[in-house]
Amino acid sequence: MRHMSVTERKSGCDDMEEVAIIGIGCTPVGEPWHKSLRNMAVESTWAAMDDAGVDQVDALILGNMSSGSFNEQESLGSLIADYAGLGNISAFKVEGACGSGGAAFKAGVMAVASGYHDLVCVNGIEKMTDVVGDNATKILANAADREYESIHGISFPGLNAMIMRRYLYDYNVKRDDLAAFPVNSHKNAVHNKNAMFRKEISADSVLNSPMVANPMTLMECAPICDGSASVILTTKERAKEFTDTPVIVKGCSVKVDTIGVHDRKTVTSMNATVTAAQDAYKQSGMQPSDIEAVELHDAFSIMGAIGLEDMGFVERGKAPRFAAEGQIGIGGKLPCCTFGGLKARGHPVGATGIYQIVEMCKNLRGEGVLDIERGLTHNIGGTGSTVSVSILGRD
Amino acid sequence: MKTIKDIGIVGYGAYVPMYRIKNSDIARVWGNDPNRVPVKEKSVPGPDEDACTIACEAAKNSLLRASIDPTKLGAVWVGTESKPYAVKPTATIVAEVIGATPMLNAADWEFACKAGTEALQGALGYVGSGMAEYAMAIGVDTAQGQPADALEYTAAAGGSSMIVGPASESLATYEASCSFVTDTPDFWRRQYEHYPKHASRFTGMPAYFYHITNAAKKLCAEVNMEPNEFDYVILHQPNTKFPMAAAGMLGVSKEKIIPGLISPYIGNTYAGSAVLGLAAVFDVAKPGEKILCVSYGSGAGSDAFAFTMTDKISEVQGKAPNVKTYVGRRESIDYATYVRYREKIRM
Repeated sequence: MRHMSVTERKSGCDDMEEVAIIGIGCTPVGEPWHKSLRNMAVESTWAAMDDAGVDQVDALILGNMSSGSFNEQESLGSLIADYAGLGNISAFKVEGACGSGGAAFKAGVMAVASGYHDLVCVNGIEKMTDVVGDNATKILANAADREYESIHGISFPGLNAMIMRRYLYDYNVKRDDLAAFPVNSHKNAVHNKNAMFRKEISADSVLNSPMVANPMTLMECAPICDGSASVILTTKERAKEFTDTPVIVKGCSVKVDTIGVHDRKTVTSMNATVTAAQDAYKQSGMQPSDIEAVELHDAFSIMGAIGLEDMGFVERGKAPRFAAEGQIGIGGKLPCCTFGGLKARGHPVGATGIYQIVEMCKNLRGEGVLDIERGLTHNIGGTGSTVSVSILGRD
Repeated sequence: MKTIKDIGIVGYGAYVPMYRIKNSDIARVWGNDPNRVPVKEKSVPGPDEDACTIACEAAKNSLLRASIDPTKLGAVWVGTESKPYAVKPTATIVAEVIGATPMLNAADWEFACKAGTEALQGALGYVGSGMAEYAMAIGVDTAQGQPADALEYTAAAGGSSMIVGPASESLATYEASCSFVTDTPDFWRRQYEHYPKHASRFTGMPAYFYHITNAAKKLCAEVNMEPNEFDYVILHQPNTKFPMAAAGMLGVSKEKIIPGLISPYIGNTYAGSAVLGLAAVFDVAKPGEKILCVSYGSGAGSDAFAFTMTDKISEVQGKAPNVKTYVGRRESIDYATYVRYREKIRM
């Protein structure tokens, strides 16, 4: 990457290589009970390797939140490298709750940029439906602050509902406008054969769906599901050996905030998103107005709204109106969730960050619904405790 | 599958306890939306009722219609997952109550919600092979639903008895049947546990729908008919939505499902479900009409049966209370009474 942040310069990373994505692959998101965690991870990894035209990689980095709890399986590095036939390569797992995929992507980018590895596969994998819904909610709650949040019984829908309530109060926002986020995601999922819900929905159906945690309804929440997505990374210099359409990583940042929502100065902004976006803009030499599309972390409608504001696309308190006016749709000022987002493509937590990268690559390679030069992906872990922002562009 | 001898159903009888609890009342207690419930209300056994008493009532009604000497029964088989005794047959009590002992085979069958039709398959084979002149198969349950669980809304009580005998005496002749079984753990209850566990939506497509539709299609292929060519179709009814959706997958029109669909009014009677639906159809069917009945049991599997009604059906329909009578005989109870009757409070 050309533009290093101050922090990274001080870390001695001046001479890093630019990184390119040369292969992508993913499984359909859904409830594939006939496939196991390893089946899915291998499937998307092989698909990405086929896409890149490589039969071996130097390293496999896995983004996964909770295979130990969902599947009673750890040691994913060994497991997936073994079953993918990759032998005794360097392979390990990176965890950052629902932001595990984005965090693993950064680890892969660092591995190539630093020259440590030449060809790296980053795989985001999560198989959540091996447990029933209530257990899944409980496992997901492990990403909150155990001693101050989840021990009292609150889960992520509850935390996000509190954030939503405060947001509506602070900015006097028309509540119904938030329904535009799931409506947009469902509309965009219709064309995505890998999406879980390929059906359009109306704002009324969102607002009248069962209440999950007041004021947030069921259709404002991303589904529990399974999925695996993989990308192959190499240096920009070597990328042309493999493909005519490499996607260049212009910026990639992962930042953290306090794990507990109560420790933040405000709950209607996620500082990790703000700083990760600033960092990625700086690395890429871009600003929000340069970005043509965003794969937004819309696990809950309120997360999508706050994300757009935190990354500087929309003024504080204006994102719901921006969305309700159709500006996040295909053809709007800033198309978001162009393959269905977390809400409709699905949110297999640790895999989501890599699905976003895969989908943005499709748009940049001219294989998606957009034909763009620059796009941004935004992946949140917890209630903004770990956030990754990546900016991708054409060569 | 077909039998060596020509056989059929010579008697049938149903029983449903009279108490009902509204789904809206269960939803109210647990803070759920009363407008988003799977059935209107469900049957609740009284404090002195269990799977055995319900089986006895259904058995007596089936004997009224069959008009046979109970001692001619070569078997009394009870399919249930609500055995009053963990070890000790329910079937021996039923056999004693109806006066069928001692020269018969008696046993309890278990296959979740298809235990009743599993017993029926056995009875058809027992009589169809010539090992017995008559055999009684009962499907019955006082299903267990854990408080606050999704299944609490539907876990109900009821049962139905079918007596298999010679085709010449039958109200419905047996055409063919088949069983379709895989190891699919969508619902289970281990020993010493009061309530079953289930795998949420996994109980749908890979479990209920997969087995029901496959069993139905394979039987239809055997009798060279399409599902919608039958006059009535009964599909296991854990709620209202599932059998309607499965009927859609099989191309069966709604009006062929409705006569046997009683779960909206009494809930899911588990091993009693498919055979109660079959009894409800026998109550209204006319000679010559063809019936397709497909059960589903978690674990998982489906039994499918094809019957043709005979002239005898008109003679026997009124000999015992019909299903509609039992469904309509109702007394509402509130959640507190339900908790007491079902012994939900354990101290």
